[in-house]
Amino acid sequence: MAAPTRGGKPQQNPVGETITLGKALNHGLRRALETDSKVIVMGEDVGKLGGVFRITDGLQKDFGEDRVIDTPLAESGIVGTAIGLAIRGYRPVCEIQFDGFVFPAFNQIVAQVSKMFYRSLGKVRLPIVIRIPFGGGIGAVEHHSESPEALFAHTPGLKVVTCSNPADAYLMIQQAITSDDPIIFFEPKRRYWDKGPVELDAPAPFPLHSSRVARDGTDATIVAYGPMVKTALEAAAAAEEDGRQLEVIDLRTLSPLDLGPVYESVRKTGHCVVVHEAPGNLGLGSEIAARVTEECFYSLEAPVLRVTGFDIPYPAARVEEEYLPDLDRVLDAVDRSFGW
Amino acid sequence: MANGGSELGADAPAGGFVQLLTPDGERVDSVTTADGTTYRVDFTDDEYRELYRDLVTVRRLDAEATALQRQGELGIWASLLGQEAAQVGSGRALRPQDMAFPTYREHGVLYTRGIDPIMPFGLFRGVDQGGWDPNEFKFNTYTIVIGAQTLHATGYAMGITMDGKTGNADGEAVIAYFGDGATSQGDVNEAFVWSGVFHAPIVFFCQNNQYAISEPLERQTRIPIYRRSLGYGFPGVRIDGNDVLASFAVTRAALDLARNGQGPTLIEAYTYRMGAHTSSDDPTRYRIASEVESWKAKDPIARLKSFLTKQQLADDTFFGSVDESARDLALDLRERVLAMPDPAPISMFDNVYPTGSPEVDLQRKQFEQYQASFEGSAH
Repeated sequence: MAAPTRGGKPQQNPVGETITLGKALNHGLRRALETDSKVIVMGEDVGKLGGVFRITDGLQKDFGEDRVIDTPLAESGIVGTAIGLAIRGYRPVCEIQFDGFVFPAFNQIVAQVSKMFYRSLGKVRLPIVIRIPFGGGIGAVEHHSESPEALFAHTPGLKVVTCSNPADAYLMIQQAITSDDPIIFFEPKRRYWDKGPVELDAPAPFPLHSSRVARDGTDATIVAYGPMVKTALEAAAAAEEDGRQLEVIDLRTLSPLDLGPVYESVRKTGHCVVVHEAPGNLGLGSEIAARVTEECFYSLEAPVLRVTGFDIPYPAARVEEEYLPDLDRVLDAVDRSFGW
Repeated sequence: MANGGSELGADAPAGGFVQLLTPDGERVDSVTTADGTTYRVDFTDDEYRELYRDLVTVRRLDAEATALQRQGELGIWASLLGQEAAQVGSGRALRPQDMAFPTYREHGVLYTRGIDPIMPFGLFRGVDQGGWDPNEFKFNTYTIVIGAQTLHATGYAMGITMDGKTGNADGEAVIAYFGDGATSQGDVNEAFVWSGVFHAPIVFFCQNNQYAISEPLERQTRIPIYRRSLGYGFPGVRIDGNDVLASFAVTRAALDLARNGQGPTLIEAYTYRMGAHTSSDDPTRYRIASEVESWKAKDPIARLKSFLTKQQLADDTFFGSVDESARDLALDLRERVLAMPDPAPISMFDNVYPTGSPEVDLQRKQFEQYQASFEGSAH
């Protein structure tokens, strides 16, 4: 862990130190606030408390109440005022406390944020980042475990990304804030406490809207993003013991999709399994399956299979482990693909 | 701040309103509301005449638009008929540095901001979504989802404070336009909360035209709209929305309070939508002719004309020349609207993302190829 912030001094973090994904986001936000005085952070409890997940911990103390704003408890207000602040020249980073709380702001996001550039014939840019912790696995009550990414990826004018590890979290949040596009930034909340190496001063190895190969393999392609990347990697490790080499692609960007690495992989493996927590019906997996089929039709040995949440409301916490795709369900899909 | 007192307009609704020019064209020198605020205007003769010219011009342009819609040249039109004084008065009260956030009916305010009146016709004709530069003219894009723009205005006003641009007479302020129906929207109430809490330099200008399409005011509120502000911690004041002088005086005072760091004000401009909600509406289904007739007697232009005549500030030659120049402007507008080209279909792919998108680029290319495949055929 990095030393806690004291007195507004830049955080010291030796190259490659291992920190949590949550801390990496915190470092990234801090760096963005330092770099551009127009960057502001706003949301419920993001100031004194540092956010319910402590992602904004210490930022208000160091950057002041005007730049790290504790807002009234009104999500539409958070996004709606962020639009006005962006028109004024600011670069707001909004925190929505939980996935299920974004819907009061849905109109402002899908009818205003997404369309202002188009409506104004390119004269008004809204460089807004809307951070949303998403996904289940933390034993929470209703509205705290959802995966609404497809709703936003389906909306033209928005870009949607998600990170799966601390190094990406640190860089992607900064890239998102620097971008002039409005960006929905999904954070895998159950991975907030997962640790990984982060190099604070290294340049980003990828542009924001690019996917990456998280693990090389030759036998089947597993496509995942956000919290499911870890699950996919665990499945790949287990499959190796059975003699199968799974290639894992971490999408990172959900809109636009960057499926070049997926096509390349599928042309090599002939098998493709898409994994996400969100319900399967009309989810990202459907679109990916369609595109992979169009692009890799003659390479496929089996249809693209999906391992997803079920088409039900997110269930009670005591059964969520049965709802969430896990290592076994991924491997089961791989088996089915090979048995097709 | 509450209205009150017998001087606040003989024809006012219960609770009174600020009126500086009666429907008969009589000037009221000043009005003092219950909280002790005194409103007055101090216009030169020329300024009175220019206000009259504004009112006549925006009504004439509006009439031309209604005609164009009836002739099939516009898909739809949202007429401002009857609301000219509320819009011109408040619009002229803005100082150059002030920012306005309109709905889709603020053609009169748009005109006062110096924007070419043809600009909104792209939207209503269906060739684009608008197109003026909000930052150049300090007048944001039209917003159609009811009330959404009040939050944008609030955020913009918060930005003014953060920029240190309040606290003196040169400060900046924001005006957010909306209607009586919008006051039921969550976004408007959130905008009130945020503006109150952050003491934002903003004026909420509600044109209460008595109807949200067919629904009367009684379906939106149990108390006068201007009194709602008290629950959010800032003053509210009702004006005679058909009185351009009151609209100017109260808006100017409220904007100046805002720019000086005194926080928000809610203004309820009590007026009437003389026409339909839009060209697709049929108001005879929900309101009676006598009601419309009674509001005709309160016409915003007739009362200013009456005042100018009685005070011998203008004569028929002047009125005739104003009508003539307004007509010329309207006919010029008509010709330019008719000459508006349909956009090239490929342009629909423009301006989706500031930094572009490979997916949109691909679809644009595929569409181009598809279009090109018809070249030389009978299509």
